[in-house]
Amino acid sequence: MKLTLKIWRQTNANDKGSFETYNLDNISTDMSFLEMLDVLNEQLVTEKKFPVSFEHDCREGICGACSMVINGQPHGPMKGTTTCQLHMRSFNDGDTIVIEPFRSRAFPVIRDLVVDRSAFDRIIQAGGYISVNTGQAQDGNAIPIEKDTALAAFDSATCIGCGACVAACPNASAMLFTSAKVSHLAKLPQGEVESTKRVLGMVNQMDQEGFGKCSNTGACEAECPKEISIENIALMNREYLKASISSDKMG
Amino acid sequence: MSWFTNFLLSSIGQKLIMSLTGLFLIVFLAVHLTGNLQLLYNDNGEAFNTYAYFMTSNLFIKITSIGLYTGILLHAIQGILIWRRNVAARGTGYKVKKASDASFSSRNMGWLGVIIAIFLALHLYQFWAKMHFGTMEMINYHGYDYAVKDLYSVVDHIYSNPVYVIIYVISMIVVGLHLWHGFQSAFQSLGLNHKKYTPLIKGLGMIYTIVVTLGFAIIPIYMYLN
Repeated sequence: MKLTLKIWRQTNANDKGSFETYNLDNISTDMSFLEMLDVLNEQLVTEKKFPVSFEHDCREGICGACSMVINGQPHGPMKGTTTCQLHMRSFNDGDTIVIEPFRSRAFPVIRDLVVDRSAFDRIIQAGGYISVNTGQAQDGNAIPIEKDTALAAFDSATCIGCGACVAACPNASAMLFTSAKVSHLAKLPQGEVESTKRVLGMVNQMDQEGFGKCSNTGACEAECPKEISIENIALMNREYLKASISSDKMG
Repeated sequence: MSWFTNFLLSSIGQKLIMSLTGLFLIVFLAVHLTGNLQLLYNDNGEAFNTYAYFMTSNLFIKITSIGLYTGILLHAIQGILIWRRNVAARGTGYKVKKASDASFSSRNMGWLGVIIAIFLALHLYQFWAKMHFGTMEMINYHGYDYAVKDLYSVVDHIYSNPVYVIIYVISMIVVGLHLWHGFQSAFQSLGLNHKKYTPLIKGLGMIYTIVVTLGFAIIPIYMYLN
């Protein structure tokens, strides 16, 4: 198949950046989207041009690295998948595909399609963990957890931190990510111990990073490659309200 | 900063204020509609004018109305603050915007709010300011030992102008769109999302929105045609 690509090119964070148009021929419908970009980059290298920078790692939908907005949708048109799981059969011969980086003030562009998502790491550092003694692994059945609870916690825990929620949100809000991280621990007895400190710390960090504010549009859950539900956001709102009232921290 | 201001300034605290003031205004709209439907009585305005007199003279209502003005202001100011922050949070926009899965009203709450604010200024100028500070014909109905302001005639006069009828009906559609998202969103912001109750809340929100929008829109149309 033949394709026209319009890709955002930006040499560094301070560069203004602009769209460049590329034409590709002989693309197989069996190729993944990232393989198509690999072909483009080989073509650019032979033409002695700079290849397009994009992030990728596992290429099997679990690392969350392949962040880009394809024709206005983070991770492209397929529901519940990442860019690496998207195949060229989802497009038609002669299509024009516009590829942009995730857009958020809190995710500055490093180069081309690569954005700096360390804001998410700092949110995790602000409380997205449990404090346990290291040493020998605990017996898996030492703390009995009801099956439904374990499944609910796992649903939240499937968040891969890719940032598609921020990219899709009209407000560039990080509430879905933060709430998934708050929820998967809050739902388990191991996480409950530090739940007050956790939600206060993580929400505070999220606000400091400059993300927007949730207006419950639901655009995030529609684009999330792991289909995390906005029920997590409601749970975080509850947790935060409860923590603000009950915590004995004055400041 | 104290924990309380910290809480109110956090994104969740700000949404809580939007939610609570929004729910308060939702209750107000229901009361307002119930009262205004008395305009549809063919009784020379007796029911409506005596009701308007009660609403402006009763002490309890007077105190509640201060809460209402505060609620409207808080909702508007908070809304503008959140909106500004959200525009800033995006930074550079997208070249291609896919028609999102998010509803039209949820994506345009800010703009809808601005139109409602402009409508509200006109609405308050035409009726509220006139009732409180303007001069009006007094009318004494049979069976009452006091005269009341004839607000009914003022309303009737304004709704005899088709331009105002159209402005009011369009404004009600805008209010309806704002409520379409606002009603259920208020509950989500409060942290109320539950497999059993959320579908009920959403259904109730739709019914409420349709009833309120149609109810208010019918009044100017009916009065114009009569």
